[in-house]
Amino acid sequence: MSSEPLLELDGVVKRFGGLAALDGVNFTVAPGEILGLVGPNGSGKTTAINVISGVYHADAGSITFCGRRIDRLPAFRRVPLGINRTFQVPKPFHAMTVRENIEVAAYFGAHTPVDVDAVLEEVELARHAGELASGLTVNQQKRLDLGRALATGPKLLLVDEIGAGLNPGELSVVATLLSSLAARGIALIVVEHLLDFLNRIAQRVMVLNAGRMLFEGSLEDASRNPDVVAAFIGG
Amino acid sequence: MNETLPPEPNRLRTIVPSALTLAAIALAFIVAPHLYGNRSLLFSMMTFVALAQGLNLLYGFTGYLPFGYVGFFGTGAYATSLLVLHTHVPAIACVALGGICTVIVAIILGPLLRLAGAYFAIASLAASQILYNIFSNQDLASVTGGPYGLKIDQVYNPTASYFTMLAIALLATGLAAHFRFSRFGMALRAMNQDPTSASMAGIDVVRQRLVVWLISAGVAGLAGGAYAWNLSVFYPDAVFTLQISVFAIVFALFGGVGTVLGPVIGAVVLYAIYNTVGISAPQYFEFIYGLLIVVLVLFLPNGLMSLLTRRGVRVI
Repeated sequence: MSSEPLLELDGVVKRFGGLAALDGVNFTVAPGEILGLVGPNGSGKTTAINVISGVYHADAGSITFCGRRIDRLPAFRRVPLGINRTFQVPKPFHAMTVRENIEVAAYFGAHTPVDVDAVLEEVELARHAGELASGLTVNQQKRLDLGRALATGPKLLLVDEIGAGLNPGELSVVATLLSSLAARGIALIVVEHLLDFLNRIAQRVMVLNAGRMLFEGSLEDASRNPDVVAAFIGG
Repeated sequence: MNETLPPEPNRLRTIVPSALTLAAIALAFIVAPHLYGNRSLLFSMMTFVALAQGLNLLYGFTGYLPFGYVGFFGTGAYATSLLVLHTHVPAIACVALGGICTVIVAIILGPLLRLAGAYFAIASLAASQILYNIFSNQDLASVTGGPYGLKIDQVYNPTASYFTMLAIALLATGLAAHFRFSRFGMALRAMNQDPTSASMAGIDVVRQRLVVWLISAGVAGLAGGAYAWNLSVFYPDAVFTLQISVFAIVFALFGGVGTVLGPVIGAVVLYAIYNTVGISAPQYFEFIYGLLIVVLVLFLPNGLMSLLTRRGVRVI
């Protein structure tokens, strides 16, 4: 793992009216690292993903990716740099086939040629390639979201609650897939409520509460931290 | 942008039916005047083929419904006529330049695309009314003719304007085929379904949408120019009436938006009914026409083309 951070957030603030969803968040992510992002509902996890991916723009602070400031870039310009994401509620192009979903990302989002068939195999959707995305199960749609992100050749993948609603077998498959991506050098920020799932894949977790960083370290240490426990159970 | 993968959609399956469609439209409107004497009706039908297709480019592929589409049609008519009156450029070139002028107006109105849904539809309607009021303004009568309109009878040429309109209808249909089968069209379909996901697929949603807006406006502007050339004398109401927008929308929806053939069939069938019923039974016209639209909305919300797609027939 390189010592140079791939991604660096410095004092990032995002406000919605009077509410600071992110209030001076700082952290770094290294290539090939899996960082777990946890916190109670409304703590700012998904906002952090949205700000890094460019769906929202930060109101203050800086975001640096591969040594380049990206916080004013629109989302579509961050994609070819190597940033992509999945969504909490999967958002495939429902009226397009599974293959078309991957193809459109490979064509418009990747800066080097991408083997669409290999992506389909990787997310285990090759045999559904000709089907409309609307006909997939939620689990398959989540994998399609992931495949679409992979088709752009990301260096950093932001994964938003991919485990929600999956059974233990499906979770295991997803955990293996995410670990294999990290082993290839792709950094992952994984937002997740399923701590067992996170414990299997993440080297480090960051706990957010009310838009602020509460804790950074191993999940085991987080579970023993009284501030973290209080934030989760409202103590 | 990745220039090597994935491959373009199967060209044989896309270009051949598209070319056949264009050839069929061209043949039909070249032969029709020899079989049917009412060339004016055929010209109007082609006008609505072009307009329904132009509207289809925007609404069918981006989901933006421009109620004020007629604004571009009227602008094209006026721009072409003013060029005819104040330059020595051939009329057909004035039509082309009129289309370019309309695109410039569309660039000015580009910020409307920040709106979506009903807000965009209403704002585009308001914009068309502003354009109407500018062109029909008595204070500008020395330039635009104000409420009295313009007369360009010195270039009156029904045959040339007829074939110009045919060319515009073919151009619009060709553009629809390109939108349907190209990678650009694939991006449009993605944007139409989910703009946020499309951004994460690397698509510049704002730029692509603006490009389609300008193309769609250009088609209406060209059609307006050819229409003015064919009429040679017109009042502002003739080229800015809201009925033109309504017809373009209904014809496109009737055939099926997002398809190549749908707006053509919609315009030809409904405009033929409009004329037949309107002449033979004018007292029942609005009732029959309204009933037809209600039936369409209830039973064929995706247009006539969906009759085929429901049965697994691949349509373009």
